[in-house]
Order: sequence, then C-alpha cells, then structure tokens
Amino acid sequence: MTDSLLGSPVLKPRTGDLYNIDAALTEEERAIRDSVRAFVDEKVIPIIGQCYIDGRFPTELIGEMGAQGYLGANLPEAYGCAGLSNVAYGLINQELERGDSGIRSFASVQGSLVMYPIFTFGSEEQKRHWLPRMATGEAIGCFGLTEPDYGSNPAGMITRARQQKDGTWVLNGAKMWITNGSLSHVGVVWAKTEDNDPDGNSVRGFLVPTGAKGYTIKETKGKLSLRASMTSELVFSDVHLPADAILPQSGGLKSPLMCLTQARYGIAWGAMGAAIACYDEALSYAKTRVMFDRPIGGFQIQQVRLADMLTEIVKGQLLALHLGRMKDAGTYTPQQVSLAKRNNVSVAADIAREARRLLGANGILAEYHAMRHMANLESVYTYEGTHDIHSLVIGMAETGINAFK
Amino acid sequence: MKLAVCIKRVPDMEGRFKIAASGTGIDEAGLKYDMSDFDGYAAEVAIQITEKLGAGEVTVISLGPDVVQETLRKALSMGAHRAVQLKHDAPVSDGLAVATALAAELKDGGYDLILCGRMAVDTQNRSTGIFLAELLGLPVISAISQLNVEGGVVKARRELEGAYELIECPLPAVVTIDEGIARARYPSLKGIMAAKKKPLEVKPAHLGAITYQLEKMELPAERAAGRIVGEGKDAVPELVRLLKEEAKVL
Repeated sequence: MTDSLLGSPVLKPRTGDLYNIDAALTEEERAIRDSVRAFVDEKVIPIIGQCYIDGRFPTELIGEMGAQGYLGANLPEAYGCAGLSNVAYGLINQELERGDSGIRSFASVQGSLVMYPIFTFGSEEQKRHWLPRMATGEAIGCFGLTEPDYGSNPAGMITRARQQKDGTWVLNGAKMWITNGSLSHVGVVWAKTEDNDPDGNSVRGFLVPTGAKGYTIKETKGKLSLRASMTSELVFSDVHLPADAILPQSGGLKSPLMCLTQARYGIAWGAMGAAIACYDEALSYAKTRVMFDRPIGGFQIQQVRLADMLTEIVKGQLLALHLGRMKDAGTYTPQQVSLAKRNNVSVAADIAREARRLLGANGILAEYHAMRHMANLESVYTYEGTHDIHSLVIGMAETGINAFK
Repeated sequence: MKLAVCIKRVPDMEGRFKIAASGTGIDEAGLKYDMSDFDGYAAEVAIQITEKLGAGEVTVISLGPDVVQETLRKALSMGAHRAVQLKHDAPVSDGLAVATALAAELKDGGYDLILCGRMAVDTQNRSTGIFLAELLGLPVISAISQLNVEGGVVKARRELEGAYELIECPLPAVVTIDEGIARARYPSLKGIMAAKKKPLEVKPAHLGAITYQLEKMELPAERAAGRIVGEGKDAVPELVRLLKEEAKVL
C-alpha cells in the first residue's frame, strides 16, 4: 500500500455532551462505547480514507473486531458472543460507523443478518458449528435476499430451492447487492421452495458454503459509495445442498424480514455515528479555519449550520436510545424500527452534506471525512429498506391502509 | 509476582475548563473523566508483565470519591486482577498526603513492583511516586521509558536530552512511567463484562497530616490588544523607547 496520503487527520471526538446523553447510559454502556471509539480512532480513522480511494475493505481489521467482541455482540456468551444488551450493541454500531459505514456494514451483516438467523432459525448443530467461529471473525457470512429485479419487493424473488426425493436441495437463482459476498465462507440465502408462491410464504433460509459447485460470487465494481466495503453478486446454478443446509425454523418471508429489523435497528444507531463524525469535523474546522480575519465558526451562518446539525444528532441519538431500551424490554415493533432507520439515516445524510459544505473546498478531499460519509450514507439511505419504503410502512401503521397493494 | 499500579482519575485535558465558585478548583460540570495517561501506560506495562509471565497479580489502587470506581473498573477491564479504592471525598492537592495513604495500603501487601505514572496529567506535580517510594523505604526509578523485570532485578531506561540512562535496582521497587513505554490497550467487550466480577475493595484513606492547601486558582489575565507604534524605520526609535520604558524588556 502506498504511504497514506491521507493521513486522515485525527478525528477528535468532541468532549462536550451538550444534552448530557451520557447520563442516560450505564457505566458499562459508556465503557463499551469508549472502547469501540478508541479502536476506531486508532485502527480505522488512520487508514479509512486510503481504503476508500483504493476501493478496499480493510480485512486486516476483522481479527481484531472479532477478538474485541464486536461481531454478534448481542447474542449469548454460550455461543462465543459477548452477550451484550441491545443498547450496547447499538453503541458499537454508532462508533463503528463513526469510522465508516462500510466497517459498520461488515459488522451489521455478520451479526444481524448472518449470526442472528443462524441463532434464531438454525439447528443446535448449525449454531454450535457457525456462531463461535463467526464471533471471532474466523468465518465470515453474507446474506442473500435482494435480487437484481426484486429489491423492495422480495416476495417476488425468483431464486428457487427444489427438494429432491432424497431430501437434498438444488438451488437456482441470483442475488445482488450482497455485502461481504466475496469475503464470505458461507451465505445465508433465501429461496422459495414452491413454484406458485406470489406472497413468499414458501421462503426458507439455506446455508450455502462458498466453493459449492455451481455457486459463483462476483464483486460489484464501479461503486461511488461504500467503497471501503465489499459488495458482490451471488449466482446459483444447480447448486446441490445437503438436506441439513436448510435453517429448520425459518418459514416464510417473515424470517428474512426479522433479520432486516435487527440490522435496521443497528443502522439507526450507526447513522448517528457517521453524523457525529461529520459534526465533530465541522465543529473543529469551524473553530480553526480563519477567513476574513476570524474563525469561520464566528459567523452566524456557520453557527446556524452547527446548531442544526447538533440538534438533529441529539434527537436521533435519543430516538435510537429509546428504541434500544424498548428492544431490551422486548416491546419494540418493526414500525418503530422503520421510523428510527428512516429518520436517522436521512438526517445523517443531510448533516454530512452540510459538514461538507462548511469545509469549503477542503470538504471534497478524502483527507477529510465528511464527503466519504456523505457518499456512504446514500447507500445506507437506500439499503435495508429504502427511505421511501419505510415511509410507507409508517403510513400503513398510521392509516391502516396498505400502499403496497 | 505481585504488582501494584497507582491510578488517578483526571479530567479530559481537551475539555473546556472553568474555575469553580470556590476558587480553589475547577468546575467539574460538563467535563469527561478518565485515567491519567501515564497511569494508563503503567497499568498496561504491569498487565503485560503478568501476561508474559503467565502468572502474577496486578492490583490497581486509586484515592478519591466513589466515581474513581469507574476508572478502577476500566483498569480491571484492561486486565488488572483486583482493585482498591481509598475512599476520600474531598479533593486533595497535597501529594505527600496522597502518598501517605497509598503507602499505608501498600506497605504490607508484599508487592514486588509498584508502578505510578510519571505525573498526573492534570496537576503535573510529579511527586506522588517519589514520595511513596521514600515512605515505603524502597528504591525508585523515575520517568522510565523501558522496563525489564528479571531475576529479582528491575532494569529501566530513562530518556535524557539526546541520551539515555540505563538503571537497575533490586526488587521490591517503585517505578514511575513515562510515555513511549506502551500504549494503554482499549478494553475488549469481554474484558468489560469480566471486570464486573473482579474484586473491588473500598477502604478509608489514611491521608495523614495535610502539609499544604491549594489557596487559589486563577486564569491568566487576558492579554491586552497590541498597538502599532508606527511604520517603517521612522518608528524604530519610538519602539525602542517603549520597549525600554513601558515593556521594560530592553
């Protein structure tokens, strides 16, 4: 690798906490947040600008993320995971995405979209086999639901798993926009098991090992967003799977949607991390960048920008925290998750753009963080349920009328 | 091997400081607190020694009100084995009094090596570790940048301007830790969870006599605005006169 250009300047976390949100966290939650923050400051921030330019996911961080306990952190210790609360899990996501959405996406997919379905729908044998080695990062997984022609409408998926007379399965189809695909040792792949199934009631999950005959993984090139993340296309051409490749407790489209709810929950926190990074950078820049003989932070227009940014961050953090407390209490609903994901990603994208503007011409450089986050958040806005689809989920919850039909 | 590390909880130096209404301390509102940097290096060094030996015990000790337990638990989550809080609620500025309380706790503990930070990053007195060694009657090597403990001997390196010293002394001993020796690790999540189950004892602090009090704390006066005496060489005589008579620097 070339010398870092970019030396991505130290991103100093602001020491203030105007709204004293820390007081709403337990000592343990703060300790976890601070520990992940230190990891990101030391290991992610110095290299991430160069990774982004090179279009490279920093695989060298996987081992440490596993050793630190970031992967599947809210799953039980019995399977080698950290056994943390959902609020602590959320704070991990926040801090990882303070580094980069690609780093948080890696952890989200591994934890919420791969380990969670194995934990929730898997056999005891599948759990014992996969979860401990996934928690350490020794085994990486990916999640195949979206298809080239079926994104927001997964019920229309074409991928089929046909059971043979001997109980084994044959898989055919293709999946697209698959984070971690080219890194993965195994895919959690969702397929219909019946031909005539417009509503996706026959959807089941399958564990498909990388290297299975007929299974090819192609890296998606030409991304202008999430460049420090691996995105792939999965193609299944008569892939033979043993009878026990199925996740036995999975049933219907509801199963993958449950996984997405987990991941979206983490994204509601993560987006605030990206926003915090942008705000911290903008604040520090505003205080030191001199124009017209004074720091630009002394001008009303920049103070309004900063006040708007901080206000949305405080609101988004409180929203995520309340959602997390409800998730820990077991009372949260998917509609509440939709609201938090929709709001927090949207405001984070706006904050990143405003930070980019406050930084003037410097804001377009990878040496700074704002534009990278701004571009990343366009993906986050679209994936895991687009902003628009979440609007319709909330609309349906409020009006009782389903806009999808 | 038994190691002890003395830890101080200090405000984050990046914070914005205001003097408290009492005039003898800082206003703590809105500040974040953490382990003093040099104490963090000391804890890291001690933990690394036990990891390398595969044996031994690291005790971390801190004097202060109950909030220091959070800082002690951070050291436990890094890998220290047990913690002691010497409970004292009022702020103490007298390093000798602090060292007296630490010595009272440490003297019969059977410690082979006691580590302190070179100084607390807030008050920067550089005194507690030295006082502590004197009170315990132990040798001390201050501000060390490298450390090796072997066969009952501690060997240490101290950085000087353009040179260094290598010093050795027998155990038990006290060392104070400079930067450059090790970076404090950030605790793993499992470490944070495990810390909750490690012993943390709370004992009263026996400070002994307070030998001095902090009288008053003040911010430096705001600098007056500069003034332009004139331009070009014609202004030089006036500038020289002002530097002599007003500023009194010539």
